[in-house]
Order: sequence, then C-alpha cells, then structure tokens
Amino acid sequence: MPMDHVDGDNKGELVLYALSTCGWCKKTRLLLEDLKVEFSYIYVDLLEGEERNEIIEQVKKYNSNLSFPTLVIDNDKTIVGFNEEKIREALV
Amino acid sequence: MNHPEVDEAKVDDYYLKIKKQAESAGYHLNPDVEFTKSLIKSIIINENRYGYGACPCRLSSGMREDDVDIICPCDYRDPDLQNYDACYCGLYVSGEILTGEKKLKAIPERRPSPEQREKIMINKKPESKDLPFPVWRCRVCGYLCAREEPPETCPICKVDKDRFERFI
Ligand code: SF4
Repeated sequence: MPMDHVDGDNKGELVLYALSTCGWCKKTRLLLEDLKVEFSYIYVDLLEGEERNEIIEQVKKYNSNLSFPTLVIDNDKTIVGFNEEKIREALV
Repeated sequence: MNHPEVDEAKVDDYYLKIKKQAESAGYHLNPDVEFTKSLIKSIIINENRYGYGACPCRLSSGMREDDVDIICPCDYRDPDLQNYDACYCGLYVSGEILTGEKKLKAIPERRPSPEQREKIMINKKPESKDLPFPVWRCRVCGYLCAREEPPETCPICKVDKDRFERFI
C-alpha cells in the first residue's frame, strides 16, 4: 500500500486518508505534524485502478460518506473532517 | 504538497475572475487569500486532470456526469452558506465570516454518499405535466426558466447547461 510515513511520537496507529487538493486535509496533516505524532497518510485522488478501489473500500468501512479527511486511529476510532479539538483530545 | 504544473499567474487571474463574479452576485470569497488561492489552484489542477473544475475537497470520479453536482460552485454551496456560513471547502463564506463576526470552521459533508446518489438517480424521473414548456431549474442558484431546453449558460450564475434539472 503506497502510504507516506511521518515519524514522531507513537500515539497508536494513525492513518490519514486525504485528498492532495483539499484545504482541510492539508490543515489536518499539518496539525498532526505540529503534534509531532507518528502517522501514515495517503492521497486517494492520486491513486488509480485497483489500488484506488481498494483504498476507497477501506475508507468506506470507517466513513460510508467517503469524505475527506478521514483519520483512523488503531483501526477503530474515526475522526471525519478537520476537527481540531477531537484530534487533539484523541492524541493526548 | 507542491503542484508546479499550475503557474501562479493563472491562479491570480482565476482568483480575480471569481472574486469579481462572486461579489457582483452577492457572494464572498474567503478573505484568507492564501487559503483561497490554494483552493483555486486545486480547482485548476482538477480542471487539467478531469476536464472540469471539480470540488477540491471531494473525491472526483473523473466522469463529468457523475460529478456534475460538485463542479465548483457546487450544488451544495448555497445551502451550506445558509446553514454553516461557508461552503464545504471554505472557498465561499457568509458576510459574517467576512467581517470576522464568525469564525470559519470545517463543516459536515452534505453531498449524499455514493450509494445514496445512485438511489437518487434512479428515482429522478420527473413526471411530465401538461405544460406548454417544461420548467428548468439551475441547481446552483435556483434560477427558473420555461423553455424547450435549459440555456447553454445560466444567465444568473454562469454555470453550464448540464447543471440544470427538470423542475416541472
Ligand atoms: S464546496 Fe466550495 S470550493 Fe468546493 S465546489 Fe462547492 S463551492 Fe466550490
């Protein structure tokens, strides 16, 4: 899976599904970088073919609306959208 | 992320064009010019990528007929401005955000999910009524007209013909 990885403090497994063109996705990524946590991210709009379908199905499991950013914590907790408060709370 | 393929002069032109259009129609662009220009750059990227200026904050299918509701300005801009003082991306904002009385924040997605959209498409056959002309509605601004076909361009908000729906 073509995830990009950012090093930092381990606060659980964080996966950010994002779009390369989206302003709120960018703010979310920058927030995670500011918080200095370890996370992986993927730009779904840049994927093609099978890979794209696979990742789309993955996102839908956590967020049936298929909206971005979708942040998944430990394959369990999902935060949809740039919700700064919720993200900070989840990562203390 | 850098998008070196779009040059800044093009972004500036586009910005001035839609700013003028927005203001003359009573809309406001986000006063955070840096944020606004980065969204505009993304719309241009999408134009180049897909052939239409799809919403930068939504996943495009690459097929215009599936994405016609999210070509900027999208069908959801006006209801979101009404309910949340901004469009989904934060490109367009209300007067209260413009003056700083309210603060811009991310808002929930109003566009139906892919499954819901399919259902809507299936149920969307307007009944034909006994009218001399059908009535067409611009899904972006609500403009109505009674004629054989919608106009090439909405005379009010300037979007393309395929943004019209049969209303009556
Ligand atoms: S949400 Fe805003 S930027 Fe996105 S398509 Fe709608 S009007 Fe354009």
